[in-house]
Amino acid sequence: MTQPDLLIERFQQKDEKAFAEIHARYSESLFGVIHSVLHDTELSEEVLQDTFVKIWNNSNSYNPSKGRFFTWILNIARNGAIDKTRSKAFKNSKQNQSAAYFVDVLEDKSDFTSKMDAIGIKKYIAMLEPVCKKVIDLLFFKGYTQKEASETLEMPLGTIKTRNRICIKKLREVLDIK
Amino acid sequence: MIDIKKYIDTGVLELYVFGNLSEAESREVSSLVAEHPEIREEVEHIEEAMIRLSRAAAPSLPKSFESTFKDIQGDSPVIPLSRKDDTAISRKHTPWKTYLQIAAAALLIGTIGFQIGSNQKLKNQLVDIQEKQILLETQAGIAEERLAETNRLLDRISDKNIIRVPLGAQAVDPDAYASVFWDDINDKAYVDVSGLPQPPEGKVYQVWSLTLEPLTPISLGVIDGYNSDGAQIFELDNPNASQAFGITLEPEGGSESPTMEQLYTLGVVAP
Repeated sequence: MTQPDLLIERFQQKDEKAFAEIHARYSESLFGVIHSVLHDTELSEEVLQDTFVKIWNNSNSYNPSKGRFFTWILNIARNGAIDKTRSKAFKNSKQNQSAAYFVDVLEDKSDFTSKMDAIGIKKYIAMLEPVCKKVIDLLFFKGYTQKEASETLEMPLGTIKTRNRICIKKLREVLDIK
Repeated sequence: MIDIKKYIDTGVLELYVFGNLSEAESREVSSLVAEHPEIREEVEHIEEAMIRLSRAAAPSLPKSFESTFKDIQGDSPVIPLSRKDDTAISRKHTPWKTYLQIAAAALLIGTIGFQIGSNQKLKNQLVDIQEKQILLETQAGIAEERLAETNRLLDRISDKNIIRVPLGAQAVDPDAYASVFWDDINDKAYVDVSGLPQPPEGKVYQVWSLTLEPLTPISLGVIDGYNSDGAQIFELDNPNASQAFGITLEPEGGSESPTMEQLYTLGVVAP
């Protein structure tokens, strides 16, 4: 997927239509990320809303030389979700559930937007090694640094990066992204 | 010239897309992405995979853009300039009236512009303050965790079954001291190292359990993460029938047997 540079430029000039298109492209993914941290649909909706307010109000602070646009909004969403875990509302909700991985939602979900992804991703989860689930959960969904992930998983720092690449490669094969 | 395939295989591009790299590392990758189409393509593929995976992790469809945007607009009311205002300047007006209207319109536009500007400034300040608050909350959280850990350890060492073993200074540093609080029921040793100097770079303290006659040292472990401002009491496993404890300074990672020239403190368990 090519980064929609023109769209992003228009969005940075506060073009509402461009913003609507950005919402269409990314909101479901960000919702998935936030929900993987919070495991609560209502709170996740709140954080997603805040995320888009922040994206709009701070559109000028995105700078392509620092990284991908997707990475920028991913960070805003993840940080918002992590902040929410410190809130009273979250503490009163479901935090006592055992730490769930993103795969838990995926395993019993039936209403995928894209039928193709539904089959592919279910297949992927089924064949995914437990260690891949953990590595992807920490690095992507929770935004851990390599060092934090290596400490949490008690894996040598040097192997985190390559292990993660192998896990993502499998995902790409299943989704037919070459 | 970098070996592109090797570079891609390191897995750094995945971390780049995930946002796990430092700002400097990210900038470096960005410039390579701009230079090499192969790297850019790889990044795009990784990104697509992650967008699709995370989309699948959404519990339901998110709310519509319209309802999202309504909130944003409610957030920052902007006075609309209606068409009527624009067309009010008609030909039958005398010129001076027209000029006055233009001047008034310009003033209005200027005022609105100024308000939008100061609104943005206030918003930026708010974001700054929110960021600072998050930082402070994080720091407070860390301090709380440390305090809880210290309290837990203090609780343990004030148990009546604990055997306290003061360790005295040795030749290498006459000011050094330490204490071991040995819980021989649960096979734990709590070592207070606040009386030891900060170890030099590349060196660590290693704690030994000793049995006398013949003198046999058994390592209880190294004190990792010694920090003169932070943790000073460390918990180690000690399943041994210790008769004495000693602390030596060893190269990073610890040694098989103690370096006696670097023995900092030593103490015998009271019989």
